[in-house]
Amino acid sequence: MSTKAAPLNVKEDEKEHPLENILRMDRIPHIWCPTCGLGTTVTALAAALEHLKLDLNKVAIVSGIGCTGRVAGYMKLDSFHTTHGRALPFAVGLHIARPDMKVIVFSGDGDIASIGGNHFIHSARRNFDITVICVNNFIYAMTGGQVAPTTPGKAITSTSPHGNYEHPFNLPYLAGACGATYVARWTALHIRRLTTAMSEAISKRGFSFVEIVAPCSTLYARLNKLGTGLDLMKFYHDNSVIKHGADLKDVDIDFQSKITVGKFVDIEKPTYIDSMNEHLKKKYGDKYKLYGGVNGND
Amino acid sequence: MKADPRNVLTGDHYLDGNHASAEGAIAAGCKFFAGYPITPSTEIAERFARRIPLVDGVFIQMEDELASMNAILGASWGGVKSMTCTSGPGFSLMMENFGLGIMLETPCVLVNVQRGGPSTGLPTLPGQADMMQARWGSHGDYEVIALAPDSPQESFELTIQAFNLSEKYRMPVLVMTDECVGHMTEKVVIPPAEEIELYERRYTDKKPGEAWPFEANGDDTAPMLPVGKGYKFHVTGLTHDYRGYPIIDAEAQEKKVKHLVDKIRNHVDEIIWIEEKDVEGAELVVMSYGISSRVVQPAVAKARKEGIKIGQIKMVTVWPFPEKRVRELAEKVKALVMVEMNYGQVYFEMDRCAAGKCKTYLCGHAGGTVHKPDDIYQTIKEAVK
Repeated sequence: MSTKAAPLNVKEDEKEHPLENILRMDRIPHIWCPTCGLGTTVTALAAALEHLKLDLNKVAIVSGIGCTGRVAGYMKLDSFHTTHGRALPFAVGLHIARPDMKVIVFSGDGDIASIGGNHFIHSARRNFDITVICVNNFIYAMTGGQVAPTTPGKAITSTSPHGNYEHPFNLPYLAGACGATYVARWTALHIRRLTTAMSEAISKRGFSFVEIVAPCSTLYARLNKLGTGLDLMKFYHDNSVIKHGADLKDVDIDFQSKITVGKFVDIEKPTYIDSMNEHLKKKYGDKYKLYGGVNGND
Repeated sequence: MKADPRNVLTGDHYLDGNHASAEGAIAAGCKFFAGYPITPSTEIAERFARRIPLVDGVFIQMEDELASMNAILGASWGGVKSMTCTSGPGFSLMMENFGLGIMLETPCVLVNVQRGGPSTGLPTLPGQADMMQARWGSHGDYEVIALAPDSPQESFELTIQAFNLSEKYRMPVLVMTDECVGHMTEKVVIPPAEEIELYERRYTDKKPGEAWPFEANGDDTAPMLPVGKGYKFHVTGLTHDYRGYPIIDAEAQEKKVKHLVDKIRNHVDEIIWIEEKDVEGAELVVMSYGISSRVVQPAVAKARKEGIKIGQIKMVTVWPFPEKRVRELAEKVKALVMVEMNYGQVYFEMDRCAAGKCKTYLCGHAGGTVHKPDDIYQTIKEAVK
């Protein structure tokens, strides 16, 4: 099976795009800016899915709104591009209907931590078996570079033109405090480590969270005079300090400073459906049929 | 297809409208309810929560109404019949993603047990002032289907009907009840499962790779694609083409929105459900829906006793509005009267369709109680003057 990419300029012996079984080639080229960090994150996800040898028919991806929100549209999976901030609750409904499928939420920091913040904390608390991949570029990029709940102090955005003076979110700390069973952070240039983290997160039974620090070339880099997206991607990578198991309250990110990366949380805890099944079985005995989703066994 | 007997509590019951609505949903095969507590709708969620574990479904109390509306859309795409319920403020919060349901053409049911508004308004008292929000509450252009039960019995029946319409036309369907119907306890007869007809979801019969999620023929509703079976389809709230791919231009917008409008407008005769009484030869027709259609009865009886030739129309479906019938009647009667708990919502639709051919009257008030029969009687008297 192959959906041929129309205008890709490839050599005769490289006609098949290496990711064409997982990318929707009829939607390439994508809309992202040159040297945006999103490309490598999508490649890492594709590599993770390939590494896990999952049946791709049983993987769904849900995105919200924003630059990262466009990821769902490029993945050749059952894919849902929802409304701003609401990827998670949509994914919750899908997951409960089809617990046999892997449900991945792939969205940006504004989508996940600002407008979707309430859904994020409660989904982590309930420990749904869902993976959240959050690309943090410190800014609202799709709308033209506004301040985000993750924008570091002093950074200039179009709505913090004098420099940001809000306290930003420390996303791994937030995820961990709310009960996530797996929490990791890497930068968009830690390709192999990021791929491993995604594989672990997707394999994890429970609410797993991977934050990716990625450059926004057109807005964040330009407004803050940080060079190209590639310069910024290298900066994040070169200034990251790997500290597995770091104390989450210490992993906040300041403007153009050291970034703590690594696997911070990896614990076992009953998922929402596990807890529901265990509790109701205890209460109702044989009268209760273990819930496995309405189409779960086909 | 008939209802599954395991889901149906066949027999005579003494239920309020909210409990009856939950039983209707379960009888219709609803297996997923995501909701957020809000007076006066909460009993629907409570009954569903109590009943569903032993009939193979899931109830979840979400963090808010935004989440509730989205979760039922996600579950519906997962292949499960799903619903939520709410009232006033929660209805406002659900509107954005009600629109996502419209755009993604996703079957599900939303019950709004109306209370007095605006804002927090009258949490424990009835209203019918969300009718225009039901029609136009989410941004953009689209058509809706809204049903208005007048009793616990109808709450049961119309919730089932709402699921059937949602599957048939592939869209969220509204049940617009109110605090009075929701909390009124009456006899509810739940029939045997084999007497409950269900409209099952249509899935594509094409193979993966050949099927698209919005492949409609004209005003026909496209069959859905199942998840998890290799179709690897995409859907988006952005304007999209038949493939579900975003297309940001006027041509795609015209095609998509026209489809959303036409799939209802071209089928209004199949969808509209009104009950007429004594309309032939009437000089005056009283229109109403939901609880108001019961409250009009003493006033209508009194007027008839006095020799006024009075007919009634009860709108079981309020949206789409019975435009054609009102236009016909306006040519024949002296006056049309709308009785509703607001200061003019569905009335203005009736007035628009009457188009000056007859007088129109609103018997309205701000909600908090049902109408006083005498107020309706006085409006009738004024209308036949």
